[in-house]
Amino acid sequence: MALPKYTETRYRIWHYVYLIFCSGVFIFLIAPLFVIFPLSFNAEEFLVFSDGMKRLEPDAFSLRWYEDMVYGTKNPWGLAAKNSFIIAIFATIGSIILGTTAALGLSSRHMPYKGLIMATLISPMIVPLIISGVAIFFFMAKVGLAATHTGIVLAHIILGTPFVVITVTATLTGFDHSVTRAASSLGSDPVNTFMKITLPLILPGVISGGLFAFVTSFDEVVVVLFLAGLENTTIPIQMWTGLREQLSPTILAVATCLIVLSTLILVTAELLRRRSERIRGINVN
Amino acid sequence: MSSETQKILTTDGIPLEESLKKAEKKNKIKAFLLVCPLLLFLIITYVFPIGDMLFRSVDDRMVTNMLPKTYQAMEKWDGKELPEEEVFAAFYQDYKLLVEEKTFGKLATQLNYEKNGFKSILKKLQRKMKKFEKGNYKEQIMNVHKRWANVEYWRAIKRRAPAISYSKYLKGMDLIEDESGSITQVPEDRRVHRVLWLRTLEVAFFVTLFCFLMAYPIAHLLATLPMKYSNLLMICVLLPFWTSLLVRTASWMILLQQQGVVNDFFVWIGLVADDNRPEMMYNKTGTYVAMTQILLPFMVLPLYSVMKTISPSLMRAGKSLGGTPFVAFWKVYFPLTIPGIGAGCLLVFILAIGYYITPALVGGASGTLISNQIAFHMKSTLDWSFASAMGLMLLAGVLAIYWVYNKLVGVDNIKLG
Repeated sequence: MALPKYTETRYRIWHYVYLIFCSGVFIFLIAPLFVIFPLSFNAEEFLVFSDGMKRLEPDAFSLRWYEDMVYGTKNPWGLAAKNSFIIAIFATIGSIILGTTAALGLSSRHMPYKGLIMATLISPMIVPLIISGVAIFFFMAKVGLAATHTGIVLAHIILGTPFVVITVTATLTGFDHSVTRAASSLGSDPVNTFMKITLPLILPGVISGGLFAFVTSFDEVVVVLFLAGLENTTIPIQMWTGLREQLSPTILAVATCLIVLSTLILVTAELLRRRSERIRGINVN
Repeated sequence: MSSETQKILTTDGIPLEESLKKAEKKNKIKAFLLVCPLLLFLIITYVFPIGDMLFRSVDDRMVTNMLPKTYQAMEKWDGKELPEEEVFAAFYQDYKLLVEEKTFGKLATQLNYEKNGFKSILKKLQRKMKKFEKGNYKEQIMNVHKRWANVEYWRAIKRRAPAISYSKYLKGMDLIEDESGSITQVPEDRRVHRVLWLRTLEVAFFVTLFCFLMAYPIAHLLATLPMKYSNLLMICVLLPFWTSLLVRTASWMILLQQQGVVNDFFVWIGLVADDNRPEMMYNKTGTYVAMTQILLPFMVLPLYSVMKTISPSLMRAGKSLGGTPFVAFWKVYFPLTIPGIGAGCLLVFILAIGYYITPALVGGASGTLISNQIAFHMKSTLDWSFASAMGLMLLAGVLAIYWVYNKLVGVDNIKLG
């Protein structure tokens, strides 16, 4: 981005203004996440940087809120974490299975009413969550699945499949269908062809779609608020309650853990995206 | 030559055309079967329930169910004069049952919506009814209160008869159907919903605008920087994108509180006095700031994916043909990014218009949006039919916007990261 030597002064100034503005926006995006980090190690109960922390005194920092998160009496975080992981894992598996098969059908050029069906399949992503929440709640209440894990898993499959459908369909656009035909002509049955040929090629898309579905479920609060009973509490619900009632530093400890988790997911997703591009690049040539 | 001989046959002796059609059909069915499980699942658990909301929002059988005999008796009544003894007797029986079940309060509330003044006369009737004698109920009821002898009140009961009513939709727009059947606005002190609709639109519009103004330069920077730098900066966009919404909201609550980092900073640079720290949370400022940061990645990513495809030589060509950098940008670069702008703006707008969690936490009373109202009626007042009606009104708006989005950009162009 270095400017050529002949650039006039006013454009030079303009360029620096642009760079400063961009840095500001990047700070605006990322800084809020880093505020939580040091405050979660606060030795005091207040959610402000104490004078001790500003002077970097070791006494001002402690792990007590992490201890409270794990060992605290009457602490809901253990149950919430367990529920969150169970629900998110089952919702992800369900989304992947339903979403991938649907994407395989959708990317076939023989598919009738493609536009309409695609619109229906990704509608849970476009409809505001609050409306999805109301509708899903009515359904689950009718069939007696409100306040059950099954109900929440089903709800999260509804919300998660659009992501899988989109990422897998995207992977399949560069897919060379002659490889599956070659496998069939060599005597492989469709299931074998799918497992040995198609799946390894679309796997990056499937996994990144699955990651989206996982995060959607793990992070989802609007629909769960309608559906969950006391037994089905999840991390987002606990955070929501905590943030509404009183902001305790324990929440910040949980939030820090969640940021670490999302960093891991980001790295995985990014690596997968590159791998997928590489595979598709080979296919196209 | 007959047409028969023109046809090419396959080895089985079937015309090739037919055999191809058969194969095509088989493929179609195969593709459809693959989509079927998800499609059926979504139709049962998602599409039908949304239809069910439509049904619930107009379903108005509560009063009809509470006064079955009355409505049966009223069928013959023309509504001009006071109804006959028959209607009064039926009403007495229905109401007696409600009093025994202790659900008469609900009826009073419902009828009071229709016409003011029902509550007190129903209560009075409940007290006096214990001493009623058998027969001649018309007289006895009319003696309880003079309003029972007023035909207007009986007409109000009859007006509640239809099992389908769009009154919830009217209520959502602060309108009401009065006795004569014309639609008027509710009294000024009860007009709450229109304010919320306007505020939702306003917040969605400004959040989209702020997101666009911030996202355009950084998307441009990301698209033009060499790969190794842009990948690093991309983390700043993607990490918030992948981080829990509640975590980001929590960090804004910490930043914006009165003793928070932002206020500390303002005091430090001398912008505000220490004892006069501005309230930045629990109002619209909080909603704007937090929502803009949370939705910003959804604007950056579509813009970036469009800008990435624009060749830098186009700008150079524009400049070499005599345009200043500004002219080259405005005439060459900007028009090429319009598809990305459309996609980003509509995506952010649709997301913002249905926002609920962040406004509820940082918005305070003046920052609540229409979604908060829907959740409130779902969870607190339990007026599910009203919540459904409001939800469907919001959905209609979103679908209209989505339709525009589809016309401008196409559904297939949605990109995720």
